[in-house]
Amino acid sequence: MSATTKTRTAAEGRTPSTAARLLGDQRLPVLVTAGLFLAMYIGGLSRYQNYGFGEPQVFLNLLIDNSYLLVAAVGATFVIMSGGIDLSVGSLIGFTTMFTAWLVERQGLPLLLVIPLALGVGAFGGFLMGYVIHNFEIQPFIVTLAGLFLFRGLCLVINKESISISDSTVSSMAQTRVSLGLGELSIGAIVALVVLGAAFYVLHYTRFGRRVYAVGGNEQSALLMGLPLGGTKIAVYTLSGFCSALAGLLFMLYIQSGDPLHAVGMELDAIAAVVIGGTLLTGGSGYVLGTLFGVLVLGLIKSIIQFEGTLSSWWTKIATGVLLCAFILIQRAMTNRKQT
Amino acid sequence: MSTPAVTTPSRWRALTHHHLFWPVAVLIFLLLVNVPFTPDFFAIRMTDGHLYGSLVSIVLYGSPLILVAVGMTLVIATGGIDLSVGAVVAITGALTCSYISDQADQNALAGVFLAMGVGLVAAVVCGLWNGFLVARMGIQPIIATLIIMVAGRGVAQLITDGQIITTNSEPYKFIGGGYWLTLPFSIFVVAAVVAVTVALTRRTALGLLVESVGGNAEASRLVGIRSRRIKIMVYMFCALCAGIAGLMISSNTSAADGNNAGLWIELDAILAVVIGGTSLLGGRFSIGGTVIGALVIQTLTTTIYTIGVPTQTNLVFKAAVVIVVCLLQSPKFRAKVFGAKGARTTAPAEPATPADAAPEMEVSR
Repeated sequence: MSATTKTRTAAEGRTPSTAARLLGDQRLPVLVTAGLFLAMYIGGLSRYQNYGFGEPQVFLNLLIDNSYLLVAAVGATFVIMSGGIDLSVGSLIGFTTMFTAWLVERQGLPLLLVIPLALGVGAFGGFLMGYVIHNFEIQPFIVTLAGLFLFRGLCLVINKESISISDSTVSSMAQTRVSLGLGELSIGAIVALVVLGAAFYVLHYTRFGRRVYAVGGNEQSALLMGLPLGGTKIAVYTLSGFCSALAGLLFMLYIQSGDPLHAVGMELDAIAAVVIGGTLLTGGSGYVLGTLFGVLVLGLIKSIIQFEGTLSSWWTKIATGVLLCAFILIQRAMTNRKQT
Repeated sequence: MSTPAVTTPSRWRALTHHHLFWPVAVLIFLLLVNVPFTPDFFAIRMTDGHLYGSLVSIVLYGSPLILVAVGMTLVIATGGIDLSVGAVVAITGALTCSYISDQADQNALAGVFLAMGVGLVAAVVCGLWNGFLVARMGIQPIIATLIIMVAGRGVAQLITDGQIITTNSEPYKFIGGGYWLTLPFSIFVVAAVVAVTVALTRRTALGLLVESVGGNAEASRLVGIRSRRIKIMVYMFCALCAGIAGLMISSNTSAADGNNAGLWIELDAILAVVIGGTSLLGGRFSIGGTVIGALVIQTLTTTIYTIGVPTQTNLVFKAAVVIVVCLLQSPKFRAKVFGAKGARTTAPAEPATPADAAPEMEVSR
């Protein structure tokens, strides 16, 4: 953990080789991911150009189709950056779709009231998990695992069957497209980009962001420096809960239904996106923009599989696993380099 | 709560006493809860030379979970965790079933054994890979095993080509659905695996080595324990157990489902290990506790069915159990909630846990 502090090898006065300098650079994984994304995109262009792969809309669709994953992954970035992990993401997304669908369709509440309610519930769930993790010193893994069970269970308690949403506000919001000249974006994609921008600002330009890095870099040092360790940790899980609920709302908008089995295992997609985006799983190092590239790469795998037609959906899982493995090994090589 | 434990001579004995007491108490409590709803809950009757009854079915349906949890116990004892067991269950089932269904005579014993061998070898290879990443590459266990957890289901679906492969093999059906000496054959498989594991870990030094590696891998290495090799071995063993569970699950349904076989079993297995009193921080384990923990989970599921609570609430119950068990295991929670009184009664258990646990938290999280 202490090996992941922000010192650049180049700044230490030694004269490392180019390879060593490259390996020591914090930005390397993000650059690799961005490069991978470009390579995959160009590969896709050359292969499916006749099928319209080159249309700007295909690229924008990546944002539209993965807006919820981006929001969830941004929340997960904060947690992982602080050295924790949140396994409740997928369940909380599923729960939010179910909760909002139930309130809107079965209870007849207006969407404008349901949205803040859902966000509040998500943030409160995250807060509770953070509170237990910090105050009772139980591993984040096991607490958020309990959260996973709990929210998935609550989905099923609300209703075993899926609830489709016919509310006019929801469908008009879902169908709204904002023209960008080159193509169109959905409201979900715009919300996701706003969340990304906000997260970028908070993480890199505010005191809270520095604290998240510090806590993830070395909890003991952060504590000794007088940083509010507990407050930061609890805030990070609250934020993740909030993002998951927001992702749930976007997912609900995207798919226009609530289903107790929505987003099963999406926490793994979110974690994979964060890792592929170059955030160290041990915490303390990473960029939220990397997460964007992580999500785009995962999304691109899906659309390439769609364009390919002959490839089946399970290749997504295999490709995600292989990428995850490759990036974990890159991370490992980087941290090893710094330890020695 | 550990008043009787104080009188026992050694602290280690006191601890095992402590670890097994609560899981057994919870299990007995859960079993008794069923009696008002099903008066003949404890009745076991003989039909067609087979024993039937709620107790038998709890053990039968809990068999795969017990197997996976036993393997998981050893991994957790080394301070690790294996999230890939569910995927390994799916891969083993998929490979074995697709080999059997490709054979001309599905009832040929040799073919069935070969197919099972292929499935189990694949499982062990998965374990070897996990162990390699954890022990050689030094990757956190949660993350290292996440890879197969994500990719493994894809591989299982690739093997079955996205279909649910069915078999008509009588000998294969026997493992998960057969009866032997009036009892389900699965129970014998589980008993054998548990017996071998207990014998290996408690009759030889292996268990001590595993605990030593979990307590402090670096110190163990320095005193001459090949801690990397032990870790790799433990992951392979865990995957083998998951593989056997995979055979059992696919044999019971005569089908391999790449998507749903063993879904979430890793979570149940971790839960079973935790209920059984094995600390997630490593360094100490109890196979007996894990078996009882797995039975508690299975009994909980059965109880939810018999009481007539909608089965969907199953997960909420499990969440409540995880939270309560973890809170009770947390020294800080006990100190805060039970205060001075609780601190006094739990005193015998206290010195051992936090002292070992605190430095370990740094390394393995």
